[in-house]
Amino acid sequence: MPRLKADFEACQGYANCVDATPDVYDIDDDGVVVLLKEEITEAERPRIEEAARSCPVNALWIEDE
Amino acid sequence: MSTPPDAAGHTPVVVIVGSSIGGVRAAQALRSEGFRGRILLVGEEEALPYDKPPLSKQFLVGQWDADKVGLLTEDAAARDRIELRLGVGATRLDVAERRVWLSDGADLAYDWLIIATGASARPSPWRPGSGVHVVRTLGDSGSLREELRRPGPVVVVGGGFIGAEAAATARALGHEVTVVDPMPTPIGRVVGPEIGRYFTDLHHRHGVETRFGVGVERIEGEAGDLRVGLTDGSTVQAATVVVGIGAVPNDGWLADSGLPLDNGILCDEYCRTLDAPNVFAIGDVARWFHPRHRERLRVEHWTNAVEMAVCAAHNIAHPEDLRAHSPVEYVWSDQYDWKIQIVGRPTQGSRHELVGDLEGEKPRAAVLYTDDRGRLHGAVTVNWPKALVQCRRLMTGGAGFDEALERISALGGASGHPQEGVRETRPGTGERAGGA
Repeated sequence: MPRLKADFEACQGYANCVDATPDVYDIDDDGVVVLLKEEITEAERPRIEEAARSCPVNALWIEDE
Repeated sequence: MSTPPDAAGHTPVVVIVGSSIGGVRAAQALRSEGFRGRILLVGEEEALPYDKPPLSKQFLVGQWDADKVGLLTEDAAARDRIELRLGVGATRLDVAERRVWLSDGADLAYDWLIIATGASARPSPWRPGSGVHVVRTLGDSGSLREELRRPGPVVVVGGGFIGAEAAATARALGHEVTVVDPMPTPIGRVVGPEIGRYFTDLHHRHGVETRFGVGVERIEGEAGDLRVGLTDGSTVQAATVVVGIGAVPNDGWLADSGLPLDNGILCDEYCRTLDAPNVFAIGDVARWFHPRHRERLRVEHWTNAVEMAVCAAHNIAHPEDLRAHSPVEYVWSDQYDWKIQIVGRPTQGSRHELVGDLEGEKPRAAVLYTDDRGRLHGAVTVNWPKALVQCRRLMTGGAGFDEALERISALGGASGHPQEGVRETRPGTGERAGGA
């Protein structure tokens, strides 16, 4: 199953991911992304992937396992 | 999955002109959306597609190299079967024939075209021998970065996002910096003049001089020894001058295409050009009909380009399920130790309230903008992404100002003490922020 990954150091809190897909991404008090789920299905992959690609610092990606 | 080869065996083709953020994200989104035909990505520059926001920040300061600003490697393009045609610009479009001509003389037939040619830095009207820079392309930023390795004072013309970021970067590299802008509070175009003053203070706090309310009359000399003559008769010495006075849409190549142009390519709410529904325009070059605002807008924000890319890709892959592009505007800017995030259209409001304060080191605050009918028009947050997320949600959900103010105040964590009362502000008339 594809897994969602994040580089928490790279995250700058631009929050495009949270806005696009609030059921998958959130943000903590310090402005760092929180992944609400890591295992994702192929069916939901397009929108999660598009949200990941809306990250201005490429802090999000999907790995196939 | 949509768009397999049709019965006649024709494989559908999408040509994307423009290989910056909008073009690249459109190509990738087409695959995510299930498009199985050919995707050709045409880019004027030889370089592999790269991202622009770091060019006035991390790349300019020397923290990131060219690889790190890359948007699409050859491997990633191959994985998504994106055919790259780099180093060639588009020169002409024939809408009826569905064909676009390139600068190397080749032409490409398409079933769908996505125009993502972006905008160019407005060129400097002042042309001394050398030493005047704009910041738009990787080449621009690279040559400015080289020049900033040498000591000497820097004058930045233009106090908008690019100018302010370039000033902060030059200052971080140890230069004496002066920012010049004919507006009394340049960022006031985006955040209103009263909040704009805090942005002027931000420059001063970091040792950057501002000459606001004063224009540039002439620039003479050459790199290392420039004299910037101002409209008040004074002269500022500079080794390097950075000019950040806005951008102009790259739509000139479409002049004889028949597509309606008016400071950008006119599009409907689905990002389709008028009269040519198989031609889409996205990003800085598109002036599309915003269905909620009921007006045509051209927005030079990174996030808008990405969202339009996804919208156009979706509408090509799923023409039976057209999606309108109706975003809540969002732009960020990183200046000194401030992470500035702006949502909605603050200057459409007539007054604002500040949660937290904007003074001292590393403040954390939000400014919410409203009108006399209690609507929420936008918000500006500083060093407070959590509040930004909340404001975007509130804007998207159509929340009123009072509810928004209550929610943001309840978040806690703002710096200083919330100011009491509501201050009047008279926003400027400019509607657009620069690309940040």
